[in-house]
Amino acid sequence: MCRLFALTSNDPVSPMLAIKALDVMKEGHDGSGMGLLLQGLGGPFEEMKEAPILSGIFSEEGIRRLDLFMMDQGFLTKYKISLKIPKKPVEGIPRRGLYLIRAYELPEGWDMLDQDEISKRLMLIRLKIREMGEEKKDMIVFSFWPDTIMIKEIGDPMHLAEYLGLDRKELHARVIMAQGRQNTNYAIDLYACHPFFIKGYCTMTNGENTAFTPIKDFLTSRDFPGYSGYQSDSEVFTHILHYSMVGLDLGIDAYKHVITPLQEDDLQKHPDAQFLSHLKRTCRPLIIDGPNCVIGTLPDHSMFMVQDRKKLRPGVVGGKPGMFGFSSEICGLDAVIPDRDKTKDIQPMYIDTAIVSPERQEVKICRQTASLNLPL
Amino acid sequence: MSSNRKLEPSSLSLNDLPWQIVYNNDRCSLCGQCTAVCPVKAIELSVFQKRIIKISIKKDKNQVNEYDTFYGISQKTRVENACIGCAMCTLVCPNDAIAPIKNPGLDRLKFHVNQQGIPRRRGGRRNSSQSILDRIKFTRISMLTDPALDAGRHEFEMRTLLGRVLSPRENMKRLREKGWIPPVREIYPLIIGGMSFGALSPTMWEGLQMGVAYLNEELGMPVRMCTGEGGCPPRLLRSRFLKYVILQIASGYFGWDEIIHAIPHMKEDPCAIEIKYGQGAKPGDGGLLMWHKVNKLIAAIRGVPAGISLPSPPTHQTQYSIEESVAKMILSMSMAWGFRVPVYPKISASSTSLAVLNNLTRNDYASGLAIDGEDGGTGAAYAVSMDHMGHPIASCIRDNYLDLIKIGKQNEIPIFAGGGIGKNGNLAANAAALIMLGASGVQIGKYAMQAAAGCVGTEEDRCNVCNVGICPKGITSQDPRLYRRLDPEDVAQRIVDLFVSFDTELKKIVAPLGRSTSLPIGMSDALGIDDHAAAERLSIKYVV
Repeated sequence: MCRLFALTSNDPVSPMLAIKALDVMKEGHDGSGMGLLLQGLGGPFEEMKEAPILSGIFSEEGIRRLDLFMMDQGFLTKYKISLKIPKKPVEGIPRRGLYLIRAYELPEGWDMLDQDEISKRLMLIRLKIREMGEEKKDMIVFSFWPDTIMIKEIGDPMHLAEYLGLDRKELHARVIMAQGRQNTNYAIDLYACHPFFIKGYCTMTNGENTAFTPIKDFLTSRDFPGYSGYQSDSEVFTHILHYSMVGLDLGIDAYKHVITPLQEDDLQKHPDAQFLSHLKRTCRPLIIDGPNCVIGTLPDHSMFMVQDRKKLRPGVVGGKPGMFGFSSEICGLDAVIPDRDKTKDIQPMYIDTAIVSPERQEVKICRQTASLNLPL
Repeated sequence: MSSNRKLEPSSLSLNDLPWQIVYNNDRCSLCGQCTAVCPVKAIELSVFQKRIIKISIKKDKNQVNEYDTFYGISQKTRVENACIGCAMCTLVCPNDAIAPIKNPGLDRLKFHVNQQGIPRRRGGRRNSSQSILDRIKFTRISMLTDPALDAGRHEFEMRTLLGRVLSPRENMKRLREKGWIPPVREIYPLIIGGMSFGALSPTMWEGLQMGVAYLNEELGMPVRMCTGEGGCPPRLLRSRFLKYVILQIASGYFGWDEIIHAIPHMKEDPCAIEIKYGQGAKPGDGGLLMWHKVNKLIAAIRGVPAGISLPSPPTHQTQYSIEESVAKMILSMSMAWGFRVPVYPKISASSTSLAVLNNLTRNDYASGLAIDGEDGGTGAAYAVSMDHMGHPIASCIRDNYLDLIKIGKQNEIPIFAGGGIGKNGNLAANAAALIMLGASGVQIGKYAMQAAAGCVGTEEDRCNVCNVGICPKGITSQDPRLYRRLDPEDVAQRIVDLFVSFDTELKKIVAPLGRSTSLPIGMSDALGIDDHAAAERLSIKYVV
């Protein structure tokens, strides 16, 4: 079972805080990788909120091909960070090419486009770069989105942070999600590393997804190119979130009704029983069977945690106004926000969604039995 | 016969018969129960003569040459009296003195069951114990990567949907605009498939209905039963129990005059309407109820004269194209119940099944598709149809499900699988395998008859006389002397046993796979088989 830590803070903070939390939960991951998402960026990226940032790993040949491709598309580099890698190899971390974090100017003419079209094009470009990279094994791309940086690599999180020099001001962020992998596959594919990202929606999960195949079959048959990949069975949680909020126009309070709908008796007592019965039927292939704890963020930088119906995975949310942490274990939270009121820590149960809104004043618990904000 | 007489071509010896009676004269009390119970009069009380010769070399000893007679049971060898292996004689014998045994060699009867040019007709099954379903294993066991669940104590929701489910977006749009949303029933995934009142005896039918009612009302299991093509007793049509019944309409339209007239008096809508276009046991052939079983009661319910055979046409008479037969008929049936009742076709598994499915995907009123494989049973059919026509169910279900995935409608049109599920007794494993291959549920017939009423049929051509109404267990007979052997209360009890034990076994399969909150439809990554070609054909893992 992987260990997860997410942090949401009014002021940009160092990603090292989250990595420190992973380090204290060390018995739960095995150095087989770390994934990191940074949003609400401080530093130089604060000034370029509209500029899409490309995150990935590229070989020299890959960079050349990327530059040609991006120029072809009309993108110009606006700003970049170079992660300088020590010459001396570190045990457990593979040698790769360049860890790229590069912000681009949008091509000419794109300012005429509406936001939906821009989002769609950015996603398609990411998918195209991924496809090109998979073909020649020279590019790995994690995200291409404004105000978003993703870093993924194999190795112990703390060693990786030192190796990549992550403790730097340009990487300070208001929203941080970090995963320390517990690898259960022999072949480690970086595309299988959480968190997963699609058009501003991001989740990471622990636990195996036993209902993976029917869910994947459903998503891939939605005729939406972004629903692809699936090197990890957990990627579907991100895509279900996107599908339910963008595809079906539901709120985050309905996400749990999609992945773990109420059972019949509770459903009939619900104030929105009719709507939820229909949702349960029509989204039946999206029901997860867990056991999973899902932590995610939304485009507005709300952060949430949900448990599946079985509630077999640990997960705790706690903090203080201005800063909240979502952690697999309490020790992770203690390491980052020791001065919080621990009596207010919440371990969401099987019908809860714990949400911290972008104002970051409190943890709101949305119970599945409560009425919903419906798009009707 | 004596050795110097002429032989007829169909003069058979005991050795030519598929079943041979083994009889122990020493234990027989000559009570006559076996001869009375034999449905085909294969055995009779006979007088045997025995010559006793005692000779001695001593002159003073008497030489004996005398004839003695004794009574015993003999087996007839005429084609029409050939033993069917039902073993009722064994069941009734108080002294265990008699039993049929299968001819270990090849029987020759098969070449003679066409007297007067009429090919063999029978009920029952395909008579092949091969089953690809039995070879499928569940290989994706959660242990440490995920905690396996406790089948006995964890909560499970093992239900399925029967009805057209719209895509999430379309459904939401219609909710918003208060448009028509097709009816959907939440039911138990094990359904008692279409066996008609007429094919089954009144006691068997009543027992099934009572069992289903008990499962629903006392145990909260939404089990449904299909009527088959034979109408429905008028009192049931007008009762609240109709909601547990799937009414079947087939090409003979038997009983539908009564059903249509009962619509204004119905307290509840039926669960669904099944339009039968074909069945797995005799694909491309219509239903058949032979005259032996068409008594006054059956004739009244079906709206036909008594004492005549009732062969349904192989196709619906209004049909000249798939549009006519499928689209219009589904629409007509939907309209009859004000679009509140799901209507779906049942077809026999075939390489043309995909064409039917593709047609249904474009028809909002089509609520599902039932596919019956070659191992499906029947009350009466030509043996050649049962033995040689049809398509295996597993690959047909898989092809159809994968086809639905291609167009993104795998949750919208539920596919129900029938035919040979549990044929060798592995009901839950076969059902779970089909569900994971893509079926939304399974239909059973023969298994229910065997488990709930003690049908003696096996895959070795045993009994199989359902067609002529002489069922020795009273399951498929319309003769009161026979069907009184079956107590409907006992049948109901066994139906409940069957479903409750199936439920436990299904949980014992899905729990170790980490599944509990929804039926694992299409969870093909859990399946493996020890045959490379079969694995490839079914898109599942090859395991050895």
